[in-house]
Amino acid sequence: MGVEVWPLAVFTVIWAIVGIVGPFVVPKGPNRGVTRVALILTGVTCWLFWLCCYMAQMNPLIGPRLSNHTLLLIAREWGNPISAGH
Amino acid sequence: MSLFRSEDMALCQLFLQSEAAYSCVSELGELGLLQFRDLNPDVNAFQRKFVNEVRRCDEMERKLRYLEKEIRKDGIPMLDTGENPEAPQPREMIDLEATFEKLENELREVNQNAEALKRNYLELTELKHILRKTQVFFDEQEGGSSATESMTRALIPDDSIARQAAGPVQLGFVAGVILRERIPPFERMLWRACRGNVFLRQAEIETPLEDPATSDQVHKSVFIIFFQGDQLKSRVKKICEGFRATLYPCPEAPSDRREMAMGVMTRIEDLNTVLNQTQDHRHRVLAAAAKNITNWFIKVRKIKAIYHTLNLFNLDVTQKCLIAECWVPTEDLEQIQLALRRGTERSGSSVPPILNRMDTLENPPTYNKTNKFTSGFQHLVDAYGVASYREANPGMYNEIKFLSFLTLILLTAPYTIITFPFLFAVMFGDLGHGILMASFAAYLVIKERTLGAKKIQSDVWNIFFGGRYIILLMGLFSMYTGMMYNDVFSKSLNIFGSNWRNNYDESTLMNSKALQLDPNSTAYFKYPYPFGLDPIWQVAENKIIFLNSYKMKISIIFGVFHMLFGVLLSLWNHVYFRDRLAIMCEFIPQIIFMCFLFLYMVLLMFIKWVNYSADTIDVKAGPYCAPSILITFINMVLFKSSKNPDVCDDWMYAGQGFLQKLLVVIALLCVPVMLLAKPIMIMRARKQHQPLMNAGHTNNAAENGDAGYQLDDSMQQVQPVPAHHDEEEDITEIFIHQGIHTIEYVLGSVSHTASYLRLWALSLAHAQLSEVLWNMVLRNGLTWTDWTGGIVLWAIFGFWAMLTVSILVLMEGLSAFLHTLRLHWVEFQSKFYHGLGYSFTPFSFKTILDQAATNAEE
Repeated sequence: MGVEVWPLAVFTVIWAIVGIVGPFVVPKGPNRGVTRVALILTGVTCWLFWLCCYMAQMNPLIGPRLSNHTLLLIAREWGNPISAGH
Repeated sequence: MSLFRSEDMALCQLFLQSEAAYSCVSELGELGLLQFRDLNPDVNAFQRKFVNEVRRCDEMERKLRYLEKEIRKDGIPMLDTGENPEAPQPREMIDLEATFEKLENELREVNQNAEALKRNYLELTELKHILRKTQVFFDEQEGGSSATESMTRALIPDDSIARQAAGPVQLGFVAGVILRERIPPFERMLWRACRGNVFLRQAEIETPLEDPATSDQVHKSVFIIFFQGDQLKSRVKKICEGFRATLYPCPEAPSDRREMAMGVMTRIEDLNTVLNQTQDHRHRVLAAAAKNITNWFIKVRKIKAIYHTLNLFNLDVTQKCLIAECWVPTEDLEQIQLALRRGTERSGSSVPPILNRMDTLENPPTYNKTNKFTSGFQHLVDAYGVASYREANPGMYNEIKFLSFLTLILLTAPYTIITFPFLFAVMFGDLGHGILMASFAAYLVIKERTLGAKKIQSDVWNIFFGGRYIILLMGLFSMYTGMMYNDVFSKSLNIFGSNWRNNYDESTLMNSKALQLDPNSTAYFKYPYPFGLDPIWQVAENKIIFLNSYKMKISIIFGVFHMLFGVLLSLWNHVYFRDRLAIMCEFIPQIIFMCFLFLYMVLLMFIKWVNYSADTIDVKAGPYCAPSILITFINMVLFKSSKNPDVCDDWMYAGQGFLQKLLVVIALLCVPVMLLAKPIMIMRARKQHQPLMNAGHTNNAAENGDAGYQLDDSMQQVQPVPAHHDEEEDITEIFIHQGIHTIEYVLGSVSHTASYLRLWALSLAHAQLSEVLWNMVLRNGLTWTDWTGGIVLWAIFGFWAMLTVSILVLMEGLSAFLHTLRLHWVEFQSKFYHGLGYSFTPFSFKTILDQAATNAEE
């Protein structure tokens, strides 16, 4: 299982702040209830969306198929020069 | 919590002293919190009490519109200070009427004078032109030997012979002016009617003249006709009349003509000064009116609205008091009392108005207080149907009340504030397009006050402006989902560094056109890209395969959660109405059905994500053996076991086969519970009540001492209180309702789940369209290498940007919006929202004036 802890922690904390801490700090007023609901829903939906995206890539069943031009460019630009060949 | 449920409403009766009624209603109109009911529904509009006053207001409005039209004609700006004058007292109405009457008469007089003067002026100018142009003709005639003369003479040989014989003195002539386009038929007619015995000369007047009646610019020509003899003269004159030519006297002698021309010139000058003065006067009158006209409009419309409202009231027997019935939000009762007191003080009446709360069995209107932020969302919900009123009628059984189908209750607006933009964004996920959308909406929000004050009269603009907060949120969420899809105008951002790299050596790369990176090798870092999709997928050739599987899954996941959320909201409704029967017999089986089938499918998706990987030596957990969730789900419902290749396991986990069978059986058992439990419970409850009610009837009859009245009695009992109808509702009807409800839910949960796949379909279409646009359009501009490339790119970028905004943001945005709306109206709200209420339309000057203003603009 390819889980890294830091992204899981960081994004969970961010959306937890929005969805759990946020509702507590909403100032009192006629729109308090609505604002709270909005914050909770934002937190839940955005977190779930991130989670699905992360989990879908966690254990890849297929790899990306790339043209050799793209592969050569990737090798040059992303700092992993190709080996000379056997 | 105003948006969660509609306001608590009360039906009130209002007694107003007749002299105070006017000012009280005026105060209430400023407040705008009461909805009056028509107490004389069968009295027709012409027989109401204040019909005379309404008619007077109509007349005043007509005069004001006339004034407004005249002001617009002169292009004088109308002063709109935005102030809101109070409705004037009834006695001021006479003053207003007098003012308008005076203004209108003055204006009409001025206009009449101006028209007469203009007609005069036109005649004089025409005469001036005739004198000037005909001079040439006469000169030619007298000169005799000029070249043109001989040429024309050749055309009419008879005439020339006559002239040679008798000399020029005997020729008669008429001169006049005619519309230029009528000249050719005119000429032809003259020629035919006079058999060629007349001689027509014409010259165009270069400057167009103003027609005083229509104030259009018309082109005219001067003509002069020479002829011989009286018979021809009368004939020519008739033809001129027929062609609407104006004839002018033209003296024969040159000196007379010169004299006349001089006279005409001086008269034209005199007329000009008079005309100018008239115009000045008119302008002054209109300018004075323009300063006040918006104020007057408001005043008159307010008076009219007040009398319209007073027409809804009842007169009491003594004629001293007006009785009104109105719906009032109970929270605002105090404010209303205050307004009434103010109204009484203003009218100087000593008797205070009386506001009584009444008990009623009627369903009150639904009133949701909104602010500028939430109102847009409220409209989205209301467009489906206005929520039923929150409160139950007193003294009714809960279960029966539910079956009356009038109870629906909760407003969806607070939830749609987020779910709507979110689901929209799932389909519209593109960071670039999201930024465009959000910044446009942010501009509208920031400039809200100035833009709102402009009152731009364009439907499209008003839709955008009214929905600016929705659009802002849609834009912001699209930015987030765009970052998740890692899609900016179909390109990806590589912020964290892709977790894939090339691990092929040079010879492999050179020998094959395309290569697939193996996740089970050094090509993959073993950890996914931390935020959103890995940028490598954007350039991959098999990106669609990967994205389809990902986006289909999230569509179903979010769809199931969305529907479950809807079902949970129905629980809240049942709890609010203390409807235990509905919780037991409807909510619980519903939630079990949904969870055991569809939430389980979602769970399978997560299990698949966690358990199956290419990154393992075990074939059973590898991509070869990874099961299709859809097939698994279908097999589960059909009680079939999946036929997997021998190397693979039949099940994803131990005991899956048994668990799945159990889940399906329980879910299916929930269907008869949903279908039958509630009607049977109601039936049993009825049976217990029945003896009681029968006893009541017989008692009644016994008291009357006459069994023959028994039937009548029960009829009477039913009639006055409408609530009894519901109690008498047929048990078969309850069964039918419940059957429909159950079928809708069970079949719906399947089709609704599938319906959420539109999230995937639209998002895929959007991404593909934006990619095609980039590749087909913008890419052409980026491939130029020399300096001309800059210019080409500039042009192509313009084209690309235009298509991006019009097709991808506007059209795709609209389609995603509509699909989101459908997902909310059908898939989400059907779970808990009936929308059978009617909305609260308070009597408010503000809405009346706004409506009048928009009508006037149209």
